[in-house]
Amino acid sequence: MTLPKVRVPYLLLLPGFAFLFTFFILPIINLAQTSTQTPVKGGDTGQYEQTFAFGNYITAFTENKEQFARSFIFATFSTVLALAIAYPLAYAIAFKAGKFKNILLVLVVAPFFTSFLLRTIAWKQILGEEGFVVPGLRSLHIISQQTTLTSTSFAVVAGMTYNFLPFMTLPLYASLERIDPRTIEAAGDLYANGITAFRRVTVPLSMPGVVAGTLLTFIPAAGDYVNAAILGSPTSKMVGNVIESRYFKIVDYPTAAALSFTLMAAILILVTLYIRKAGTEELV
Amino acid sequence: MSSDAISARGDLRLTRITKSYGDFKAVDDLTLTIPKGSFFALLGPSGCGKTTTLRMVAGLEEPTVGSIHLGDTDITTTRPYQRPINTVFQNYALFPHLTIFENIAFGLRRRGIKDVKEQVDKVLNLVELPHLAGRKPTQLSGGQQQRIALARAIVNRPALLLLDEPLGALDLKLRRQMQIELKWIQREVGLTFVHVTHDQEEAMTMADTIAVMNEGKIEQMGSPADLYDNPETAFVANFLGQSNLIKGKIDGNDGDNLIVDLFGQKISMPKKRSHAVDTSLYAGIRPEKFRISLLGTAVKGNTLTGGRIEDVSYIGVSTQYVVAMPWGQELMVFEQNDDGVPPFDKGDEVLISWEPSFTFGLRGDEDIEAGTEVNPEELEGE
Repeated sequence: MTLPKVRVPYLLLLPGFAFLFTFFILPIINLAQTSTQTPVKGGDTGQYEQTFAFGNYITAFTENKEQFARSFIFATFSTVLALAIAYPLAYAIAFKAGKFKNILLVLVVAPFFTSFLLRTIAWKQILGEEGFVVPGLRSLHIISQQTTLTSTSFAVVAGMTYNFLPFMTLPLYASLERIDPRTIEAAGDLYANGITAFRRVTVPLSMPGVVAGTLLTFIPAAGDYVNAAILGSPTSKMVGNVIESRYFKIVDYPTAAALSFTLMAAILILVTLYIRKAGTEELV
Repeated sequence: MSSDAISARGDLRLTRITKSYGDFKAVDDLTLTIPKGSFFALLGPSGCGKTTTLRMVAGLEEPTVGSIHLGDTDITTTRPYQRPINTVFQNYALFPHLTIFENIAFGLRRRGIKDVKEQVDKVLNLVELPHLAGRKPTQLSGGQQQRIALARAIVNRPALLLLDEPLGALDLKLRRQMQIELKWIQREVGLTFVHVTHDQEEAMTMADTIAVMNEGKIEQMGSPADLYDNPETAFVANFLGQSNLIKGKIDGNDGDNLIVDLFGQKISMPKKRSHAVDTSLYAGIRPEKFRISLLGTAVKGNTLTGGRIEDVSYIGVSTQYVVAMPWGQELMVFEQNDDGVPPFDKGDEVLISWEPSFTFGLRGDEDIEAGTEVNPEELEGE
């Protein structure tokens, strides 16, 4: 059987399109419809009808401003922390690890061998009373005898930082590894000391990795609810937790849908601004 | 020391430099002086230690033993950024995120020089690429990148400019053009150039002095003509051009000449061109120095009879012959096609003659294959 050549690419794209249409486009449309519905008068719990109530968005946002703010603050903190931890790590793997390079890369992705949930629950143990962190910090008088770490904002940020660290490390490693070490030598040859060479050559050349890594960390972190649910307290709830409880506990679908859309829009705007600022040129 | 180093000027002196990697000596007890203002070439096959030597001068490697002086200043352990030395890297190593202008300005800005714009423009004019100042390195051709790499180094007016196989990535025609241009630029700016290459033609075209390196040591150093006309070792004889090396025995004296017996045929050669240590020697003659005549022709100078043309290759300006000699050796002979005489044919019985003063003599215990081919294992580490 011979096919006209022009049709081949479309045929190859077909399964992907079909998948995206069924499992992304249709649910998004459905979600959009749900977000402007109101409860059926006199109906059962969970019965809603389409009334194009765009006011849902305003109510949803004003009622959960605090959680929105917290989502973005936590996401920012964990992104910055992950970058601070991942950059030296990726740098060491790319330039200093020698024959241990592959072993270290496997160790970076090793957490993926266990489920995300299990690892987050493990952090509850690590930061708990019976773990070694709290007694250790207490004996060093860094925290007082009464202070606990579980059910705090600190625990949520720590958990998110840990969980998204590989997503930061891998793109950073990829872009650092691509740097020709001779360009760094050339900087030294041209009167730049170690720090200047790092600032003027290594950092700018690793920007694509920094941008990719921060996006891959920030976006899922802003929408995350697992870390806040397991490691946080009612006062450290994020938008993700609100959406989760609106859907599954209160059965308030329109608010949950409106919150989801608001979150998506907010992330989209922030990411666009960030890429503009970081310079799209650096991404190629 | 470091603050003085940046303003050091003068001859570059390497004193008893050794660089070891475990048991392997990349550079072995090397002593070398490169005079200020010269165009100096380090020539050798891959793995001979020439790049390691260059990296030690640049400060990118530290010698295991020995010292490096620039003028009177000891720069052996000075950090690269504190040396008045700049390098044109093998693959140029231009900064891909900076414009051509900023690439060239990089060194000037690090040293806090004021008239950056003026100096960058000047050097861009020197390499004839002022219109590319705003481009990024990836938008340039190989030849243009090469020139920018050169401009980025010479704009700093270093005491020493190091060129690491600078033309290796260019095609043949562009390479020839850049060779002439580099030589011109060197005269124009008056800086000391140290050029590392494995291409003997490139070294001979550009350098005033060539040091031929092999296995971490200098085999011979001199002007291109010295090295070509009077090589001291089989390695140099074979690595620079081609040589016919014929085994012989010194059979007496005749004034300033030696009488040498080559498989029963007597020839003479100047005494001072012999590097033999005893009576055994290899007589060396370059292929273009030979003349071929049909058997029975009267000829002057040294003569070897009993040859038979084994192969003929006509290559335009010259014809290359392979002549089989009675003792089983095949000699290379290049004849200019300038006398209207039709080439000899395969199977012709011929005699070979040459001017005695062209002969050079090598030690009889030399490996006459040295320098004829590159051992792939030696490529590692380069």
